[in-house]
Amino acid sequence: MLGLLASILDGVLIGAVYGLAAMGITLIWGVMDVVNLTHGAMIVAGMFAAYVLVGAAGVPVYATLPIVLAGGFLVGVGLYWLSVHRVIGQPPLMSLLSTFAVNLVLVGLGTAVWGTDLFNVPASLPGFSLGRYTFPGTHLMAALLTGVIALALYFFLYRTRLGKAVRAVSNNREAAELVGIPTARVLALAFGLGVALASVAGMLIATMFPFTVLSGDAYQLKSFVVTVLGGLGNPTGALVAGIALGLVEGLTTPFVPVSWTLVIEFILFVVVLITVPGGLLTLFRRRRPA
Amino acid sequence: MILRRPFFWIIAAIVAAFAIAPAIGDNIELRESLVLAAVYITLASNINMILGYAGYVNFGSIVFFGLGGYFSVWLMSAHAWPLAAALVAGGVAVSALALVFGLGILRLRGVYFALSTIGVNEGVMAFVANFGPWGGSTGIYLSPALFQPLGGPAKALWVIYYLLVGIMGLSLVLSYAVKRSKFGLGLLAIGQNEDAAALLGVPTPRYKAIVYSLSAFLPAIAGGLYFFKSAYIQPPDAFDLQLSTETIVVAMLGGQGTVAGPALGAFLYEELRGWLLTSPTFSHFQLVVAGVLLLAIVLFAPGGLMGLLYRLWPRLRSFLE
Repeated sequence: MLGLLASILDGVLIGAVYGLAAMGITLIWGVMDVVNLTHGAMIVAGMFAAYVLVGAAGVPVYATLPIVLAGGFLVGVGLYWLSVHRVIGQPPLMSLLSTFAVNLVLVGLGTAVWGTDLFNVPASLPGFSLGRYTFPGTHLMAALLTGVIALALYFFLYRTRLGKAVRAVSNNREAAELVGIPTARVLALAFGLGVALASVAGMLIATMFPFTVLSGDAYQLKSFVVTVLGGLGNPTGALVAGIALGLVEGLTTPFVPVSWTLVIEFILFVVVLITVPGGLLTLFRRRRPA
Repeated sequence: MILRRPFFWIIAAIVAAFAIAPAIGDNIELRESLVLAAVYITLASNINMILGYAGYVNFGSIVFFGLGGYFSVWLMSAHAWPLAAALVAGGVAVSALALVFGLGILRLRGVYFALSTIGVNEGVMAFVANFGPWGGSTGIYLSPALFQPLGGPAKALWVIYYLLVGIMGLSLVLSYAVKRSKFGLGLLAIGQNEDAAALLGVPTPRYKAIVYSLSAFLPAIAGGLYFFKSAYIQPPDAFDLQLSTETIVVAMLGGQGTVAGPALGAFLYEELRGWLLTSPTFSHFQLVVAGVLLLAIVLFAPGGLMGLLYRLWPRLRSFLE
């Protein structure tokens, strides 16, 4: 019983990081109606950035976080102008395909450089013991940092002028343009933020689990599941749903082989998409503007 | 009637060229290259019915190919079914499965559908890799004895090739027939504006489910043939993400929504790929090249090659669909 509880708690810690990654997707979707299919590749980019910074440059593991965050943001802004700007406002087919194409390029470059071997970022922190069970310090730290970043994002979106501009564009792009908000630059900013969240989530995952260049697909799918559970375009929902997914993972791992996890998550995903396409949170509240 | 249209005879000429070219002088190297081209054309023509006509991206089209391969190979190895029966059964089973999936996920629209197809791919691959009767992650190996009824391995490869070319031809004819039908018009209307189409009486969920299922049939048979040819099947080969993405690249390169486009794109892409694989600089960058190509098409020439050709020679529209 205690084992199951420990497994669930650990799942919640990891789930918070899934939530962080999903906030990246949901932010971009909410602001510009684009599903960012470079998400998985950017998670992996965060992993390898941490790997290179720690391994080659000798940066302490958690000091890579601000570097990855800033780097992810710059890359994201660049990606927006390269691949998304021209397809804004076109049918979803076009932005799906253009971000998918960038994803192919990134995964192709990654496999050419690193192959498909397993890598890991050496991170060790003292764990927290509960009876016979010990929670790895890295998991606690990852969940803690996720909380900090989520709070910072909330503060940015709701307490700063620029954040208000992002929300205004998300609400109604033409109206925002009319009151003098430079919408294209705000879209680029939002895309950069979304990518930065993905890469930081990647960096945090790298401190917990080994990874390959191709890990992005599985984490991208998890992010989609989380995003759909929380409702597309809803950052708070994404964080809550991430924790919920972690909880489900923690609940199932003692009983089901790990390799089935993706199948279970996929079934969950389809069932939620069909039954409550607005996200699970819509079950609890009537209507509230996003 | 479809036989009266000049385009039908263009399709027939393509198929004939595929059939005759390698037979001249027993050119096995050419045949192996054309096998891949035929697979690309089959996959791209079928994805085009969803992508090009109905405007829905299916990132998981390779699931049909892989599952078809698994069904057929499993029927042949575990239940000793003859090739033809195993292929047809594989096609029917996968189509039926696609219809069941389709009725569920095609209630979703636009991006939600696209996201769920990514899930279909990952989910099915994870399922097959854990599924005991299909060998789990080690897959299924076929005994060489299975080639005997076709006259030994050397002759069997030719038989498989002709069957694949036949499937390719059927894919093109199907794609053309659908585009010319009332059903196809409904799909094109969905692609333009789904709400308007529904208002005008197009039964959109049913049409989408049917086209999803229809586009599964021939790729599943092609998968059966392809993996019968390799004599083994494993999850990473059957659900090869690269082939899945290349299928989309090929359809977009040739021109989504046209019948000839995917064939043209597949043929050119196969040539390009052969050149890339032998080039020392690019052999590791196949995915990168595919990605750059796709990005360039989406951003600058969304109509693909057929779009460019139509713009150069508008008369082409009258006979090349």
